[in-house]
Amino acid sequence: MQSLFLFLHKYRAFFIFVLLEVGCMWLIISNNQYQSATFFNSSNRIAGSILNTKSGITDYFSLKQANENLATENARLREEVMKQREIIDRLPRNVALNLILGQFDYSEAKVINNSIRNLNNYITVNKGWADGIEPGMGVIGQSGLVGIVKSSSKHFSTIISLLHTDIYVSSLLKRTGDLSSTKWAGDNPEEANLMFVPRHVDVKEGDTVITSGYNSIFGQGTMIGTVNNVSIKENATFYDIKVALSTDFSSLSYVYIVKNNLKVEKDSLEIATNRIQ
Amino acid sequence: MDNKNYVKQILYFILYLSIQVIFIKNVVLFGRGFCFLYIVFLLLLPLEIGPLALMLIGFLTGFIVDVFYDSLGMHAAACVLIMFLRPHLMNVLTPRGGYEQVPVPTLKLMGLEWFSTYTFILVFIHSMALFYIEAGGFNRFFFTFSKVISSSILTFILIIILQYLFYMPKRRI
Repeated sequence: MQSLFLFLHKYRAFFIFVLLEVGCMWLIISNNQYQSATFFNSSNRIAGSILNTKSGITDYFSLKQANENLATENARLREEVMKQREIIDRLPRNVALNLILGQFDYSEAKVINNSIRNLNNYITVNKGWADGIEPGMGVIGQSGLVGIVKSSSKHFSTIISLLHTDIYVSSLLKRTGDLSSTKWAGDNPEEANLMFVPRHVDVKEGDTVITSGYNSIFGQGTMIGTVNNVSIKENATFYDIKVALSTDFSSLSYVYIVKNNLKVEKDSLEIATNRIQ
Repeated sequence: MDNKNYVKQILYFILYLSIQVIFIKNVVLFGRGFCFLYIVFLLLLPLEIGPLALMLIGFLTGFIVDVFYDSLGMHAAACVLIMFLRPHLMNVLTPRGGYEQVPVPTLKLMGLEWFSTYTFILVFIHSMALFYIEAGGFNRFFFTFSKVISSSILTFILIIILQYLFYMPKRRI
């Protein structure tokens, strides 16, 4: 027994080393589980307020560009509102009412921390559960899809960016209507891969890629990007397609968090259907 | 180590960590070269600190950086690794006079040759551990390796510049 203690004492540095490394591995694994709610990330109170102060200062450097982006978006939205109003005026009354009631609510949030160069990137924003934000909600930007909420504290939330190597986004080729998946390759923050597009589909460069709306996180038709490069290997079943992402992740300033009011209803219906089978 | 030294180390700790997470978190050269300046704090810990305390300090430092990088455990793992290796590396690199007169392994006290060998090896191991853990294996070997090389060179150069800026004696005219 004594020699055991002597042995442990002699190599205590090594044992502590192994213990700490195992602890780190546990942290890495438990943090990487999709949407696990963890306390120790950039949405906790202390880290959040430090990042908030920092962005309060650094935002002044990009005010001009942020302003221009918002003004462009404003103009575009105004135009769209006019168009929609015309359409709604022409519809029968009960259909129009349904459209106005709306399945999706949007709340805006300011980006206070963002990275694009890691293999798994996260964004922190200044809204939390006090503003009705919950893990699993979709996040879109001014020009397209941004990510999914991972966890939220009272006033801050961490968002899994689309630039994350574990995220697959269910997407559609707008012109042909074929279902596919968008996944980031891990190196270029302006490009992602479009996967599982079968050989028979006629894909062209410049085709628009949008969200499918099947996963009830984003509505159907949120812009993801445009097809940049199409190639296929001799015996492959699926195309290798590169998509130029429409969101410029390097200059995100404001994002919108999408709340799907009918998500619970849709999910419970789908679960019930599965149970019957 | 007296109280004054403790306070000094804690101030360095806060200083380096805040510089890392506030200013140079998003400094990335060519999409490859990351800068992990905060490990200079770990490299310059006084020699009298024992191996257990070194690893615990390494863990704490890495953990705080992780909270801001949203990469829980990765920096901590890399920091614990270099803090485990630091005493062994120092044994290998023992200069002729030993470490008798050396409270802190700075460039001024140890000379450029010793200091750059010491720094580069630990910085390289740190980047290597960090990026391969982040990639989750070796299946993207060359892309990850290019990140390792460029990040360790960038970090190394910055550390050396900092040493010349702040730790060298004032020149007399």
